Amino acid sequence: MSFAAQGDTPYNYAYLDEQTKRMIRRALLKAVAIPGYQVPFGSREMPLARGWGTGGIQITAAVIGPSDTLKVIDQGADDTTNAVSIRRFFERTASVKTTEATHEATIIQTRHRIPEAPMQAGQILVYQVPMPEPLRKLEPRELETRKMHGFAEYGLMQVRLYENIARFGEVTTTYDYPVRVNGRHIMAPSPIPKFDNPKMDMSPCLQLFGAGREKRIYAIPPHTRVVSLDFEDHPFRIQSWKQPCGLCGAQDSYLDEVVIDDAGGRMFVCSDSHYCETRRAEGHAGPMLGHQAAGTLAAASTPAKEPRP
Amino acid sequence: MNALVSPNTLKGALRPILSARSVSRFYGERIGCADVSFDLWPGEVLGIVGESGSGKSTLLRCLSGIDRPDAGEVLFEATPGADFLEIFDLPEQDRRHLMRTAWGIVHQNPRDGLRMDVSAGGNVGERLMDRGDRHYGRIREAATEWLTRVEIEAGRIDDRPRQFSGGMQQRLQIARVLVSNPRLVFMDEPTGGLDVSVQARLLDLLRVLVRDLGLAAIIVTHDLAVARLLTDRLMVMKDGRVVETGLTDQVLDDPQHAYTQLLTSAVLAV
Repeated sequence: MSFAAQGDTPYNYAYLDEQTKRMIRRALLKAVAIPGYQVPFGSREMPLARGWGTGGIQITAAVIGPSDTLKVIDQGADDTTNAVSIRRFFERTASVKTTEATHEATIIQTRHRIPEAPMQAGQILVYQVPMPEPLRKLEPRELETRKMHGFAEYGLMQVRLYENIARFGEVTTTYDYPVRVNGRHIMAPSPIPKFDNPKMDMSPCLQLFGAGREKRIYAIPPHTRVVSLDFEDHPFRIQSWKQPCGLCGAQDSYLDEVVIDDAGGRMFVCSDSHYCETRRAEGHAGPMLGHQAAGTLAAASTPAKEPRP
Repeated sequence: MNALVSPNTLKGALRPILSARSVSRFYGERIGCADVSFDLWPGEVLGIVGESGSGKSTLLRCLSGIDRPDAGEVLFEATPGADFLEIFDLPEQDRRHLMRTAWGIVHQNPRDGLRMDVSAGGNVGERLMDRGDRHYGRIREAATEWLTRVEIEAGRIDDRPRQFSGGMQQRLQIARVLVSNPRLVFMDEPTGGLDVSVQARLLDLLRVLVRDLGLAAIIVTHDLAVARLLTDRLMVMKDGRVVETGLTDQVLDDPQHAYTQLLTSAVLAV
């Protein structure tokens, strides 16, 4: 391929060899055909430690093309080590444009968040998944969990929620909250906060999940029903905060709690850094924007706004 | 004595609930159980007695769908009046469903039958959630009711089985099985490992439950006193084969087979 001839890298386009990409695409097709079903695939070594997103990066490598625009987020932020490294990896190996703007991206690889800006048709959301099997903590035998998925025996999952309510009065699972996809398979949505669960439901974008270490791929096609498990008398609820984002004043976004001094001071800021910046650029201001600590938080993410070479 | 007519031709109260036909299971050269045939009638409690290694547990595992017999068939009437199902011809999915709804298995060791890191309420409620109950309040209500019925204080509903005594664990296991209103219960040495006073309470409880619910039950035991108290009919096994069957009192008071005579005379009298 002409790309390899550029001299910058001896690797094939998007790092993986074509045969591997074909294998991953086959797994992806099967995963899309059976929403929520975990398809085994031959996970490869990547120049990244297992557990740092090797599943997601392999899926991205298999679906990316030169005309794509890539956005990578880690816990909602565009500027953390993992996000920056993976973005640069694809800049170098796939010569794609990268962006921080959710609406500009055609592929968004994410760890632990779904962007606040609504996803659009045609976009692909690639999740990095550490633990694809939602039943694993309850049933250690792989053979048995496969049967449970195959026969749709999901009472045990409900027992886990029951135990939560019995002990704490509510379901205390706040991330990786199990969902039922397309009325059939129970699926681990990767460790996104349960705040993001409703965004998966009937989403117009294609959602792909890759677990590199566990060698599993699964998917949610566009416009698919995704329901968070609950009880009739203890319905599913998402997190809420008593205050808005300290920087941009958003009341509808997922907030991170940030400790700002050693006297117990703290503030809440949007975990989606691009969403927060966009709102500030539009003139929204949170109560903490003038604060000294807020200055460093807001500044920390500005350099990433500069255009990349 | 062993019915040779198809149970499907029998009508009404004449129909057995479970029918075993020449059930055999081998472990390589050795016999687990061989050529066991019997009918179990609705509301009947059948005891299987015999010494250790006589094939009692092997037979129970075959009858309850855990192990596939090497020969013979096990026919089961899942709902009154329904056609008999050969449980090993069913797809695994349906068999597993039967095992969780239409019948129950009480294991000798509560650890095999309970989830030790799930609370008592969760253990009892699991079968309800399996069949699709999604109302926390009602599941909890049913769990409380069943704990009370097996004489576990309702206040201990959120304790884990580890925090229970052996007798309580065994009773919890029974509640967990009975909550889904099964038609048939298999018990493997339900009183094994319990001291005699706890045994007596458990036996009382079992007797009341079996009579109240009109359950059919198959109880495997090596304890003839348990058999006398709980069972209507006895099957005596030796070396994997049934050597004598009959009404419990008849078998125990007037044993015909030499081995049964040995067994009954071996009971210690206090």
